[in-house]
Order: sequence, then C-alpha cells, then structure tokens
Amino acid sequence: MQTVQVKPSPAGKILWAAIAIVGAWCLGVVALRRGEPINAIWVVTASIAVFLIGYRFYSRFINNRVLQMDPTRATPAVLRNDGLDYVPTDKWVVFGHHFAAIAGAGPLVGPVLAAQMGYLPGTLWILVGVVFAGAVQDFMILGLSLRRDGRSLGNMLREELGEVPGVIAMVGVLVLMMIVLAVLALVVVKALTHSPWGTFTVACTIPIALLMGIYLRYIRPGRILEVSIIGLVLLLGSIWYGAHIAASPTIAPMFDFDAKALAWLLIGYGFFASVLPVWLLLAPRDYLSTFLKIGTIALLALAIFLAAPTLQMPAVTKFIDGSGPVFSGNLFPFLFITIACGAVSGWHSIIASGTTPKLLASEGEARMVGYGGMLMEAFVAIMALIAAASLHPGVYFAMNSPGALIGTTVEQAAATISQWGFLVTPAELSDTARNIGEGTILSRAGGAPTLAVGMAQLLHGVLPGEGMMAFWYHYAILFEALFILTTVDAGTRVGRFMIQEIAGLIYAPLKHTESWTSNVIATVICVGLWGYFLYQGAVDPLGGINTLWPLFGIANQMLAAIALMLATVVTVKLKRERYVLVPGVPAIWLVVCTLTAGWQKLFDNKISFTAAAQKYADAMASGKLLAPAKTAEEMQRIVTNNRVDMALTGIFMLLVLTMVFFALRAIAKAWRTNHPTANEEPYVAVSSVAS
Amino acid sequence: MTDNLSQQPRSIWKWAVQTARLCCGVPDYDVYVKHLKEHHPDRPIPSYGDFFRERQIARYKGTGGRCC
Repeated sequence: MQTVQVKPSPAGKILWAAIAIVGAWCLGVVALRRGEPINAIWVVTASIAVFLIGYRFYSRFINNRVLQMDPTRATPAVLRNDGLDYVPTDKWVVFGHHFAAIAGAGPLVGPVLAAQMGYLPGTLWILVGVVFAGAVQDFMILGLSLRRDGRSLGNMLREELGEVPGVIAMVGVLVLMMIVLAVLALVVVKALTHSPWGTFTVACTIPIALLMGIYLRYIRPGRILEVSIIGLVLLLGSIWYGAHIAASPTIAPMFDFDAKALAWLLIGYGFFASVLPVWLLLAPRDYLSTFLKIGTIALLALAIFLAAPTLQMPAVTKFIDGSGPVFSGNLFPFLFITIACGAVSGWHSIIASGTTPKLLASEGEARMVGYGGMLMEAFVAIMALIAAASLHPGVYFAMNSPGALIGTTVEQAAATISQWGFLVTPAELSDTARNIGEGTILSRAGGAPTLAVGMAQLLHGVLPGEGMMAFWYHYAILFEALFILTTVDAGTRVGRFMIQEIAGLIYAPLKHTESWTSNVIATVICVGLWGYFLYQGAVDPLGGINTLWPLFGIANQMLAAIALMLATVVTVKLKRERYVLVPGVPAIWLVVCTLTAGWQKLFDNKISFTAAAQKYADAMASGKLLAPAKTAEEMQRIVTNNRVDMALTGIFMLLVLTMVFFALRAIAKAWRTNHPTANEEPYVAVSSVAS
Repeated sequence: MTDNLSQQPRSIWKWAVQTARLCCGVPDYDVYVKHLKEHHPDRPIPSYGDFFRERQIARYKGTGGRCC
C-alpha cells in the first residue's frame, strides 16, 4: 500500500514497525482477553496506533494515487482570495476549525448506545470504519471540492451525476436534518426530564447568551474571548446555584418538567431562537458551546489518561443477538448505523465541502485536515465508549433501558437487570442517583446522561471532593445540552433557508429571506417538522431514542453513502478506475447497511415500525390499552407515529436506491469513455498567482 | 505567496486566537485589512467592530453549519 516518493529512512522503518507491533499487541489484548476486565489504556493505545498507521499509509496512498493532490496547484483560497470567505489560512488553524465544525454530540451519543453490545464491537467498528470509510469520505469530498472552487456537496452531485440526483440529494439532506434536530433535542429532553437542577442550568444559558450578545454588540464589539470567559463563569455559577434550586421545595417544582412539557418548551425555544437576530442569542451561544465543547473533550481525554479506568462492561454481551434494551436489532446492520459519527458520518461531507476547502492554502494540507480531522473525531468516539464501558453495567442498563422493560422503581430495575446477568442492587442504583444529585437515573436513554455519569465518575476519581460528582454530572449535562441547543438553533435557521429555497421553486415570493412573512412561515414549517418527531419521541412507548436513533442512523449513513458514491463516480470519471474500490467498498457497505436496516425496520416481526403499529392497532381493535398510552387517542397516536416512521424509512430506502441507480449510470458511462470527464477546474500553478 | 501564514513566525497565542475566532466564523481581521490595502485601496477599511458584526450575520446565512 505504501507509495514511495521519498525513501523512508531505516529509523523511520523501525519506528513504524514498532508502532505496528504495539498496536497489534494492544488490539490483541482488547479483542482476545476474556473473563477478566481490561484497562481502558489498552483501548486507547490500540486506537492511537491504528490511527497513526492509517494516517501514515492509507491516507498517503489516497493523497498520492487516488486524489493526486498537488501542492503546486492553486487552491480556491489562493485563486479567489477575498480576505473573508476565501482566505489561505495556516493549516493548524484550518484543522482546528474543521475539527470544531465536525465534532458534535453525535460521536458522544452513538458509542454510548452501542455499548449495550459490549465495548468490543463498537471499538472495532470505529477503528475500521474511520480508517476505511469515514476519514476516506471526509478527505475525498474535501479533495473534490478543492478542485471545484470549494463547491458544496449538492452542487458537485448536480455537476457530476446530473440535475435530478442533485435535487433528490437536497431533499434527502433536509429530511436528514429534521431527524437530526429531533433526535438531538430528544437527548436533551431525556436528560432534563424531572431534573430541576439540569433544567435550571440549561434555562440559565438563555439569559447568559442574551447578556453576552448585547455585550458583544454594544459594549465591547467583537471581544469574543472576553465575553466567553464571562459567559463561562456565569455558567459555572449557574451549575453551582442549581444545587440550591434542586434542594428548594418551593423553586424546584418550577423547573421540574415531564418529557412532553420539555418537548413543547424546546419547540417554542427553537422557533424564537431562529427568528431573533443572530447576534442576540444564536451567535453568543455558539461561541460558548464551541469553546466548551473543545474544552470538555480535552477534559475527557485528560480524565481517561489520569484515571485509567477498568472497563466493567464485558467485551461482548448477549445483546448482539438483537434483543438489547437500548436499541433493538442485530449487530449487523444496527451496530453500523448506531455508531455513525465517529466511524463515518454523512454530515461531514457537508462541512468538507463548505468552509474548509475555501481556507486551505495548499492541496498538500487537505490530507491532514480531512483525514486527520476525522481520526480525531473517532478518538472522541472511542473516549465516549470508554466512559460508558467503565460504568457499572447494571448502572448503564438502568440508565439506558426504557421503563416499559425495567419498570419505574430501583427494585424492579435492579431485579430485571440482574436477571439479564448484570448483577446490581437497588442500593447501587439509588446511590448513583444521589451521588450525582438527581432523584433517579432510571431510563435516561440518549447517551448524554450516561456519558455525564461516566465523566463525573472519572473526574471524581482524579479530583475528589464532597459533592463534586454532582457538579461534574451537571457540568457534563449542561455542556451537551448547550451544544445540542446550538445545533437546534442553527439547524432550524439552515432548515428554514432550505425550505425557502425549495418553496421558492413553487411560489417565488417565499424565497425572499428578508420578508418577515415568508421567514415566519418557513420557520414554522421547519420547527413543525422536527417538532413532530421530537414530540413523537417524548410520547414513545420505548422512550423515543430506541425508535428515533435508528432513523437518524439510517439517514446519516445514507448521506455518507451518497457522498462516497460521488467520490466513486469522480474516481472513474478521472479514469483512475484501478482505485475505484477505495471509495467504492465503503459506499457499497453503507448502502448494504442502510438498506438492510431499513428493510428490517419495515418488515421484521419484532423490531419493525410495522410490527409496533400492528401491535397497538390490534390492541385497539380488541378495546385494550397498552402502556404508556392511557387513552384510545394516545393509542391511535402511537399507531400513526409508527406509520409515519415506516413511510420515512421507505422514503430513505427509495432515495438510496435512486442514487445508486444514478451513480451506476454515471460510472458505466465514464468507464466506456476513454478520456477523463470529471468537471474539475483547470490547473493553475501557485507560482503563477500574484499574491 | 506572502500571505501564506505558516511562513511567518507566530506565537501560539496568536494561533489560538485565530483558530478560536475562525471556529466562530470570524476570519482574521489583520489579513482582511492587508487584503483590502493591497487589492482594493479605494474601499474604506471597516473597524474591527463593523467587520465582526458583518461576519457574525454572514455566518448563519449559508447552508454550512456544524455536525450533529
């Protein structure tokens, strides 16, 4: 695989051989040791070795042979330098920016959910997935966009595959975004349900952001660092004060909401946040969440290195047979759609064809930013998996299983989970809840609370102190809620523009983004779309995440499949057919995974939306009520929700198949042509561009 | 390429500030001013405050954004 342009020195050879041996040894320990728990450091070391080797050899192969990146060729930033959007920028700055844009809640949630199958399946999929699929996608899309004036994924699809697939992909991206927003908002709902402390601190972010917005606009314009420090101090203050709120018998009930009420609050918040001027609420919240995100990821890494926890979760649990309580479905295909971000995420293709290609000063730097950035994200996913697997498995399952399976008291939950083979006592469950300052930890699916408990225990191990565990727990919840809500605000705005663009095709005046009427209409549609799925999740019999996360996974992997298909088509169009398998194999794998998962979600007897709808419809026909529905209308709503999910799954599958058809058609045509047909911009030498 | 920043010796602090600002969608002000002076000497140079406000609004217009 190695492509030698500069001959490696003997010392270099020895170094890489050593990394390979260490990596193989650690991976062997992770994969093969059974019966006794292993330390997380084995997983960390194995991952780092895999990333280093993948970067050194595979990304270099892609760089030199498949994409043929050329440092002498002027990039869009150099050619169109305008000092604002197109700016040749230091590669480390671009790397930081790119990583901050791709890392979000996704790599933290998916691996936590996947931990129900044990730490091994998730770890292996993240490592293999990122090296051969995720990082390949990010790097190749970035490379393609670099050669096309920094154009977006949608534009490139239109140019290389045709007008129709371009429009289909645009609709696909919009639907994906609605599901993403709903699922992420649901994670927040799950974390804040009946948690006055958490709800209070998250609510505090709104006045804090408003204050920051006004400060940045009028008092000290543009002083981001200053205002972010003020914001951070206020946030930490609100976490500290939240303990008093939770303890107060009069104020605590004011911040104590059930899932339905929280869903409505978030829907209302999403609407206002996206119609208010961005400087007032959205932008300052964005600054806080960006810095807090990077800081918290660093903190998590530090905690794992210092605490070096033992993985209490078994390597593989019995739930690989598809009977798991967190999400249902077999290891194949559901593991591969549950862990999307971290292994391969279609969403990144939008960022890799967004701002990043307009900043790179040289094609030679795309590899580090595109491939390297994704390896970093995979490392975040590995850390999230470690945090979840280092929890007591009984606590993990108590937090992530729906109430319909484990009951609503610690006694019922402990009895059920112990029966599954993860011995836990009611006292252990209530102690954990008390330590983190919450009333209960049961059925808080969605990743965020589990990760928060994991992080709190790790950080508590490093920095012990009375009551500190509760502080760290609410810190972790706050930070996840903060950047999820930022995604919800920003996503609603972006969704609104997309809806206006699509609606403008039908009725032109709706396109005007300055018009208040069309703004409000498009925002209501956008909030309504994700709000519907969020509310559905809040009333779902299986707790929502169980139902909606697979839909999100299918949609995200579908987008990744589309991006990789584009990369495959372009590789053939450039007449580099011998490398077609580089993007082709992951594309095929993702198509197989999404279609199989979609098929099972439609037709399987146990886990499909169809079966769930049927179960409730049958019960209704015989006049019975099934929990959690308490009335016939609620029963009807559950049936309808499942039918909507069926329709959506069907649409996703149809979308994938249509794109496969268009991609194969383009490939066949390009294969028969004996000259390159890709739409690259012409070569301009860096040396010929006057600076 | 005089404005290839990696050529210039720069402190880690400046790098951190530039990265942090870029993460928030605010590109380097000095680079923009330099660009204006070199290529568009006729255009007025905005103050940092005006530049910041314009960029802040521009960030949330497009289709970009962040990951899940």
